[in-house]
Amino acid sequence: MDGSKIREALASMNERGSGEGSGYVAYGIYPDYKEYYALHVFFDNIREHKVPLENLLEKWGMIIHDEQIKTYEQPGLRKVHTPWRYFFRPNPSMMPKSTSPEEDIITSLVMKVNSERNGALIFSSGKNLGVFKAAGWPEDVANFYRIQDYKGYLWLAHNRYPTNTAGWWGGAHPFNLLNWSVVHNGEITSYGTNRRYIESFGYKCTMHTDTEVVAYLIDLLIRKHGLSEEMAVRAFAPPFWDEIDRMQQKEQELNRAIRLAYGPALMNGPFAICVANENLLCGFTDRIKLRPLVTAESGDRLFISSEEAAIRRIDDDVTNIRMPGAGEPVIGRVYS
Amino acid sequence: MSIGSTPMKYRVKIDTERCMQCKRCIENCSYGVFREEGDKIAIQSRNCVACHRCLAFCPRDAIEIEEKPGDYRSHPVWTREVRETIFNQAKTGKIVLAGMGNAQPYPIIFDRLVLDACQVTNPSIDPLREPMELRTYIGKKPSSLDLRQRDNGEVQLCTKLSPNLQIETPIMIGHMSYGAISLNAQTALAKAASRIGTFMGTGEGGLHESLYPYQSHMIVQVASGRFGVDINYLERGAAIEIKIGQGAKPGIGGHLPGDKVCADISCTRMIPEGTDAISPAPHHDIYSIEDLKQLVRGLKEATEWKKPVFVKIAAVHNSAAIAAGIARSGADAVVVDGFRGGSGATPRVFRDHVGIPVEAAVASVDAKLRQQGIRNEVSIIASGGIRESADVAKIICLGADAVYIGTSALVAMGCRVCGTCYRGTCAWGIATQKPELVARLDPEVNAVQVENLIHGWTLELAELMGAAGINSIESLRGNRDRLRGYMLDEGLMNVLDVKTVGA
Repeated sequence: MDGSKIREALASMNERGSGEGSGYVAYGIYPDYKEYYALHVFFDNIREHKVPLENLLEKWGMIIHDEQIKTYEQPGLRKVHTPWRYFFRPNPSMMPKSTSPEEDIITSLVMKVNSERNGALIFSSGKNLGVFKAAGWPEDVANFYRIQDYKGYLWLAHNRYPTNTAGWWGGAHPFNLLNWSVVHNGEITSYGTNRRYIESFGYKCTMHTDTEVVAYLIDLLIRKHGLSEEMAVRAFAPPFWDEIDRMQQKEQELNRAIRLAYGPALMNGPFAICVANENLLCGFTDRIKLRPLVTAESGDRLFISSEEAAIRRIDDDVTNIRMPGAGEPVIGRVYS
Repeated sequence: MSIGSTPMKYRVKIDTERCMQCKRCIENCSYGVFREEGDKIAIQSRNCVACHRCLAFCPRDAIEIEEKPGDYRSHPVWTREVRETIFNQAKTGKIVLAGMGNAQPYPIIFDRLVLDACQVTNPSIDPLREPMELRTYIGKKPSSLDLRQRDNGEVQLCTKLSPNLQIETPIMIGHMSYGAISLNAQTALAKAASRIGTFMGTGEGGLHESLYPYQSHMIVQVASGRFGVDINYLERGAAIEIKIGQGAKPGIGGHLPGDKVCADISCTRMIPEGTDAISPAPHHDIYSIEDLKQLVRGLKEATEWKKPVFVKIAAVHNSAAIAAGIARSGADAVVVDGFRGGSGATPRVFRDHVGIPVEAAVASVDAKLRQQGIRNEVSIIASGGIRESADVAKIICLGADAVYIGTSALVAMGCRVCGTCYRGTCAWGIATQKPELVARLDPEVNAVQVENLIHGWTLELAELMGAAGINSIESLRGNRDRLRGYMLDEGLMNVLDVKTVGA
């Protein structure tokens, strides 16, 4: 589906935003380049910052194609960055010791570029997907990128009301690393703990916001440690000890082990989170559900939203409208 | 008599109009301040240590204790303590002994750290209405889990977990030996630890038979003197702690004067009656980190790998690197004992001048272990100067898993921090082995008091966490974002990795 309905749905919840950040991610938009990593970059200044980034990319692989991401001026949106896209093929021989050299090269490039803050920020780094975001209202950001021109099979969209960090382009959601994208409503009170934990595995938190830590935790637990999505969510929003104590022995051992090993990955505070990759969409809330989450289905489509109204903007004939329990993951899978 | 007498430390007065001559003060004072003279109570103020036993038991509030009634000419450099230590050493030519923890007026880092609370953007959580989890596990944690999905959808755990201690609150009671404190005091602590669902340390004095019923809540200690250590002792503990050093006296071993070694202590410690128990400064089988690894393995092998092994070190300049070595030794927890940690008897010069505060030590240990990716290999237990629940919350934010309390637990049993523990005449029956004084301490009553204290702190901790929007203690651990430094210098804030207030 194209992005026009997504824009409408998001705009219906404008009360939840402040016009300082919105964004979209669409999966399946670059079929012609699907073997390559699509890097979306914000440049502060094309003349000054583009060449150093390209030199770095050429060191680690090959730029197959690059172009400016088309944008269209909007009265309510000030263009402070120039968005650019690269289709990039990393050179696996550059990381001989890694079992997933391509992904590790991309991850380390993202960490390096974003922490150095040299006038370039890589905000999208997956295959056959793209993040489009800026500081502005959902409609303005959508029109700025003409989101209706992109056709995706899986979408995430977000409207931000910034509190902890100023509304800036990099701070808008979705956050993305490789094929993982995250949108998040809430504030993670365990951010300090999660950040120190994830940084001891070599990730660098550079966006000054708690959401990026979610993307890195997902990458660590699912991609690196091989946990299933269900088990990763169990680690992020685990059952209470009281519940674990009442479980059958095997179940109890499993849950205790998850809490012992992944205690520092537990996310506290109010949140509703949606994560996606090329095969999956997963929504979950904190352990006591301090933020809303609604799910619905229509045919083979799954919708997850803060409000039912937004879902109905896209499809009024939805069924199975549910409000999942605290910490309960709702997972939709892509079958092709 | 070239020095002559020095000014009195305290002046004790009895208001004769209020006094009813009940003589409870005479009975209670173990330092000989009061005596009967005809129909009057005579006072020898010079003997007073301000333990307040008389004050606490005077039914008429007739006793008044004045501190430093007469003083030296004031001088910022030549303080009273400095001058008196010189007099003392001029007379004796010895090392000056002292009790309790560091008595120098160094700034207290805890008091320059403030905690966070939620407002508007995230809701605080009400522990009266929502679950609040303080359960803590002490020991090694796997760095990742091997979870495999079976065909029937069931998830199978293929990682074997190391033994951990489960505590319902992150507060444990530190090691105070039978010898340093009385058996009644130890019994009270043991009862409290069992009822609360936490643990207490035996200290290096062995485990008395009468404490066997509480052994599942006791951590047995192996110190350089090896007092009381045999396989029976090791097997009884829930965990084993190797004591390398102690915050009150880094670099030296324990001291127990021979006149405290009565028949019972002689049996428990396995040393002859009346002999001084002076532990060697180092373990004579640990001259490097690889030797520690052998001892850790040896103790685990002896107890069939069923018990976690802790290693306790005094907080010193290089604690972080030392702790990283300990984490690689196979130990399950490292205890970092700050320079405010108490002691029954310690050389004054060590108590006041050697070691560093626990706040800085824990912050740097946690940072180093994370930097090396081995934070999960050991738990960090902080001790030395934990005075209230806020200190517990702050040290957990700095990276500790749990704390040991020592002095605070003794204060809950009546200790007035008079600092005279090394004399063995504690009027409260705590730091003494004199049967008539020990009998003053009722283990049951005092167990309730210690239990109340830990319970009270636990409730406060739950409230502090809830206010910070956190419902599980693991989300507080190492969460330095929830701390701010108030009037701390930049260098120290870098070590603690906290921002200043307002930032």
